[in-house]
Amino acid sequence: MFTSGLTKRIIPCLDVTDGRVVKGTKFLELRDAGDPVECALAYNDQGADELVFLDITASSDGRDTMVDVVERTARKCFMPLTVGGGIRTVEDMRVMLHAGADKVGVNTAAVNDPGIISGGAEAFGSQCIVVAIDAKRQPETDSWQVYTHGGRTPVDLDALKWARQVEKFGAGEILLTSMDADGTKDGYDIELTAQVSQSLNIPVIASGGAGKLEHMADVLDRGKADAVLAASIFHFGEYTVGDVKDYLVSKGVPVRPLHVET
Amino acid sequence: MTGIIDYGAGNLKSLCNTLEAIGADQKLIRQPDDLDGIKTIIFPGVGAFGDCARHLENQELINPLREWIQQDRPFLGICIGFQMLFEGSDESPGCSGLGVLPGQVVRFPDIPGMKVPHMGWNQVHLKDEDDHAWDGLGKSPYFYFVHSYFPQPVNESIIASTTPYGNSFVSSVRRGQLLATQFHPEKSQSAGFRLIRNFLQETSS
Repeated sequence: MFTSGLTKRIIPCLDVTDGRVVKGTKFLELRDAGDPVECALAYNDQGADELVFLDITASSDGRDTMVDVVERTARKCFMPLTVGGGIRTVEDMRVMLHAGADKVGVNTAAVNDPGIISGGAEAFGSQCIVVAIDAKRQPETDSWQVYTHGGRTPVDLDALKWARQVEKFGAGEILLTSMDADGTKDGYDIELTAQVSQSLNIPVIASGGAGKLEHMADVLDRGKADAVLAASIFHFGEYTVGDVKDYLVSKGVPVRPLHVET
Repeated sequence: MTGIIDYGAGNLKSLCNTLEAIGADQKLIRQPDDLDGIKTIIFPGVGAFGDCARHLENQELINPLREWIQQDRPFLGICIGFQMLFEGSDESPGCSGLGVLPGQVVRFPDIPGMKVPHMGWNQVHLKDEDDHAWDGLGKSPYFYFVHSYFPQPVNESIIASTTPYGNSFVSSVRRGQLLATQFHPEKSQSAGFRLIRNFLQETSS
């Protein structure tokens, strides 16, 4: 054991297409709940520890819109911001980082050419490079297979081995999504998360399956995750980030308190 | 006027945005001439120690920065801008820092289960909470960290705060009008905003 005051991070994720938030959000207090900047500010006020924008825009015009969204968010939101989706080259990374993102997420591009991980890490530092891994359980082999293209394309890669490889290539963090759990609201894949997290020395963000507060506590505790990502649980107003933190505190999970002492 | 050291590699956007939100006039510093009319220097940094040192050397900023700090003019260093104050770093052997503070930058030890980089929000235990720079922040505010290396100052009297990760490490130093932090105030929401504002208020009065 070692002493650590490091807290577990609570990270809302916003899916954005053509500059608009996709999953209908229920921020009643917002003038425009589809505006990613307004949503980001609301999460900022709730005490989110970081934010993730996932750009699911298909067209390249739309991606210029994403750059504008990142710029506008960074002007108002002074917290770590990760942008993923559609990033294919080191140059794409540069554009997002210069717009004000702190980290960039790569998934398909990293599987196609792991050189983008080392290239990005050399150019901007490992701390900027988040590798997203979508993993699906293979019951017959008791392992998890990697999928790309937003979970549509299976590739011949074992998730655990791939995670170790991307760490060697220079990834600073892993965003690990269980495709089996994603959308079920039945809880994160604890076994997958624990295996990946314990075999790596870089932080792992758990994603997919959050439906209740217990799920978050469970994946941070038994799942050994360093952070939890969630989308719909926050967007539909079921819970605020504050609710999650209050619950985690009651379970003895270290989190950053919402407000600084004044 | 606040000068922000731009050595080409760091992402300055969040710092510039923070200063804009505070309402502080700012200018990017890329060469020695740019320092004309500057009252306070902020030196933010991400990436590798060696890269930063090489860029500063090419920009001929090493000596102006040393003189600035030796004259105790207002200086805020962030992350690599904190580490560069020391003599050298295990990250980039053979590469010299500014060397204005004695000590070496070292890596977190390998401890099973302890992730490196140290990434996220951690507590900053202040040695002197009455220091104006920390006004309104309490005894142990949380700030955002992302780093694998940290400096070990020889002179313990300059230590302004420590943070628990592995053993306790030095998360900021203070000497006269110099403040330097391993964490990122420009990413630390209201706590960071307050620290930067406090520092600029103090140095502009």
